[in-house]
Amino acid sequence: MTTSRLKELTPQQILDSKLYLQWGLTEEEYQLIVTELDRLPNFTETGIFSGMWSEHVSYKKSKAVLRKFWSQNERVLQGPGEGAGILDIGDHQAVVFKAESHNHPSFVEPYEGAATGVGGILRDIFSMGAQPIAVLDSLRFGELNNAHTKHLVDGVVAGIAGYGNAIGIPTVGGEMAFDDVYAGNPLVNVMAVGLMDQATMQVGQAKGVGNAIIYVGAKTGRDGMNGASFASAEFSSQEKADRAAVQVGDPFLEKLVMDTTLMAIRDHADIIVGIQDMGAAGLLSSSAEMADKAGMGIELNLDLVPQRETGMIPYELMLSESQERMLLVVKAGQESKILDLFRENNLDAQMIGTVTDNGRYVLNFQDKVVADLPLRFLTHPLEPKLAEQKPKRLENFIKSQYQPDVSDLTATIKQLIGQTTIASKASLFRHFDSMVRADTVIKPGGDASLVRIRGTKKALAMTTDVNGRYLYLDPKKGGQMAVAEAARNIVATGALPIGITDCLNFGSPDNPEVYYELNQAVAGINSMAKLLNTPVISGNVSLYNETDGQPIYPTPMIGMVGLLADVEQALTIGFKKASDLIYLVGATKDSFTGTEIQKMQTGKITGQLFDFNAEDELAAQKLVLQANQAGYLASAHDLAEGGLAVALLEASFTGHLGFKIQTQLPAKYLFSETPSRFIVTVPASCQSAFEALAGKQAQYLGTVVDSDDLQLETSEEIVHLSRAELQKIYQESITWQLKD
Amino acid sequence: MYTAKIYVTYKPSIVDPQGEVIQAALQRMNYQGISSVTQGKYFEVNLAAPNVAAAKNEVANFTDALLINQNTETYRFELVSTDDEVQA
Amino acid sequence: MKAAVITFPGSNCDLDLFHALADLDFEPTVVSAQTTDLSNYDAIFLPGGFSYGDYLRSGAIARFAPVMAAVSQAAADGKIVVGICNGFQILTEAGLLPGQLFGNEQPGFICDEVDLLIDNSNTTYTNAYADSRIKIPIAHGEGNYYVDSATLAEMEANHQIVFRYADNPNGSVANIAGVMNLAGNVFGMMPHPERAVDAITGNTDGHPFFKSILQTLGMAVGRK
Repeated sequence: MTTSRLKELTPQQILDSKLYLQWGLTEEEYQLIVTELDRLPNFTETGIFSGMWSEHVSYKKSKAVLRKFWSQNERVLQGPGEGAGILDIGDHQAVVFKAESHNHPSFVEPYEGAATGVGGILRDIFSMGAQPIAVLDSLRFGELNNAHTKHLVDGVVAGIAGYGNAIGIPTVGGEMAFDDVYAGNPLVNVMAVGLMDQATMQVGQAKGVGNAIIYVGAKTGRDGMNGASFASAEFSSQEKADRAAVQVGDPFLEKLVMDTTLMAIRDHADIIVGIQDMGAAGLLSSSAEMADKAGMGIELNLDLVPQRETGMIPYELMLSESQERMLLVVKAGQESKILDLFRENNLDAQMIGTVTDNGRYVLNFQDKVVADLPLRFLTHPLEPKLAEQKPKRLENFIKSQYQPDVSDLTATIKQLIGQTTIASKASLFRHFDSMVRADTVIKPGGDASLVRIRGTKKALAMTTDVNGRYLYLDPKKGGQMAVAEAARNIVATGALPIGITDCLNFGSPDNPEVYYELNQAVAGINSMAKLLNTPVISGNVSLYNETDGQPIYPTPMIGMVGLLADVEQALTIGFKKASDLIYLVGATKDSFTGTEIQKMQTGKITGQLFDFNAEDELAAQKLVLQANQAGYLASAHDLAEGGLAVALLEASFTGHLGFKIQTQLPAKYLFSETPSRFIVTVPASCQSAFEALAGKQAQYLGTVVDSDDLQLETSEEIVHLSRAELQKIYQESITWQLKD
Repeated sequence: MYTAKIYVTYKPSIVDPQGEVIQAALQRMNYQGISSVTQGKYFEVNLAAPNVAAAKNEVANFTDALLINQNTETYRFELVSTDDEVQA
Repeated sequence: MKAAVITFPGSNCDLDLFHALADLDFEPTVVSAQTTDLSNYDAIFLPGGFSYGDYLRSGAIARFAPVMAAVSQAAADGKIVVGICNGFQILTEAGLLPGQLFGNEQPGFICDEVDLLIDNSNTTYTNAYADSRIKIPIAHGEGNYYVDSATLAEMEANHQIVFRYADNPNGSVANIAGVMNLAGNVFGMMPHPERAVDAITGNTDGHPFFKSILQTLGMAVGRK
């Protein structure tokens, strides 16, 4: 029998050695614990506080900001605070979604980090009683110019594929971008979407004295122990070498857990009181949060926890982040129905404790009480007041817009279309099974993805989006624009945006400038969310994304879901047929600072961000939705990085058709990134009806042509481009850059 | 008690794409002397058997039945008696 | 026509196949891999997925699932046995079809829509196709079909190659995408026709595949 490598220090030794500091508790927090308990916490208890009071679990540093999110409207069935948020989509159905970051684990071990990111977010969805139907990934890496970044990209993509494909939930979309600021802090954000009947809705609560706490799924091992909280002094060098800090995922086991959990909810809803995934801080946070949300207490017998390794001590059992585990609360006396069901499916299932009414968090191990703590205190750490300060760079930016050099339009387009931000990511996305479940209407490569709801006419649109460059230049406006663009993605499929989840990826909140960025970004997101009637119903925070004091761009990833009432009305980005008329919805302005062309031509992003007008945004989206419902549109594509030039090319490549465009603007405006714009195509038969509806909001650009020739006429010149040549650059650029 | 250490590899005539990719990567990393890489599988199976001959027979049987696909894979194994360790 | 869709632990295309069959007027039932009697069914379908995690080799563990004796019996009785993707891998591991599926030549999972050429249009699986070139989705990491050259020559001579890739995505020998046994009642393919039966998801080229099977059994087809 192996024994734990951790030596359990006595309470006095913990005090003397200040072990709690190494575990992330502050001196102030430790003293508060001593005062509240009126004694020194023991080893297990100190570990429990370090886990529960970590930012990852408690959000103590971001809570004040998160409380500001607007999260209620007529559709919201469940807002923030549970595994995932839930929105009413009619017909007694609901959509459940959430996003989560797995940034640090993916940097340490890209395959398993990304794989377990997928596994964790799926558990959040099915623990609510919903069948996961789709996954999207929002990824940020450094530039593809060094071997380490390529290794990360390969590993993350393989990890998402390895887990998502095996469990059989399609990866329908997401986006990927590359910038040096992410080289030491790649972002791996995964969003999952689920579908449920409202009758089967579950929450993670431990109600009812005497009800059983049941552990199901994989056994607990030492994997995924919070590596950062281990003090090196406690290990010999050999032991250090083989300790496992990164969790390893098993999608096969998760599929069994998922299917069996959903079966349990379907067949035994009357006896299941609550369900929660064991995520960050594992058994500890799941059990404590469930009891706290119900205002109850909990008592666990750790000897009963299914264990994969021998000699594990309570600290390890409680803080292990072994994957594919769930905690259920089941009505007293009915335990065997649930235990039998899971065991029949070859899963571990064990009653490990009960709900109490004394408000205490009590752990027993080998006939001893190893922790006895006030639960409310445990789940409510001090919220430190953080300073904020406007970053100096924002004060110093040049006010005038960057002016790109477009003396050779053809060369500029060729160069732009191969930039990593712009070029097709299809060679990476093709590793993901986007079609399993056979419901995917719009696959990766569209503005948003679309998944039909079988048995109805409805479909759900979904997207992830954020441009960190814009937030770097203006965190508030950038936050607004992230929501606006996500909504444009949704609208471009014909769907109505209905709700938001997010991953707030920022640097250290202890840096007043970063904390300012966080506050401003949330304010921007919130204001736009209200205007669009898209409440923020779930989300996740990832802080401390910085290397050597250099934070990433503020990158609040917006995950948005939309509802399309009739899937037959779905719109896609590609041109549909020759002679369709091409219109630009929204005005093009002098918007070049923070753009792809600034980055391409100067190598950096700097200056005062261009304007964003929320009213223009709403008007543009409204027009596209109305025109589509009236049946006037053949295609729609939102304008984003690279502006009109890139949007036209993507519509052309996807539709395998050419175009003939004439604009009164000078060539450089083809690369302006003025927000609130779409290109749409209209069959000639709908021309007058569309123009009457659109008025001055839409500007005629030209026609779709059945040819390889792309003709672009600006106020300065006429150029002819070869679609085949540009498409080759667009499609192969990422592959070339990933090689050697 | 015995421990069988079983090494499974493709038959020489079968293309091993993963081995080839690894070989190419190693050569790119300037490991000059590498002439070939074979990727295989390794199993450790603890089993009880009355004697070495019976243990060998058992290992061969279950390896043929499950651990390899006889169309394309081959294997070799070592057998170690673990009784000494158990008593120690 | 009564069809069984066998679901192994880790199968993930079982419901897709069930829906495709139900929409095309089969009477499908999803049947557990613990089942030992398939005598009530006219056709047996083994779906895609990652049975038993595809640990060891794709299909290697599933091949010993309790249901496989009944699958072998159905094959011996001349019933139609179809394996798609992981189902194909299971049938080769079980020896019900020749060959084996290896990791793709370019390692990694591929999800795409690819063109298939119908090599033998006079089979239970292809007789309803009007065109000889169709587009069907693929989604696999181990779809690289291998068979030794002597067996391949026999298979070619006996017209057992049913589908070939127009543009080989995975390194399969002779561009093979789908094969049948000598008797023609056991068939496996890596591509997913059950993902191509609905116009709203963009492709209906899988429709004639299922129609062919129905037609062979002398049943009328029509959408509900």
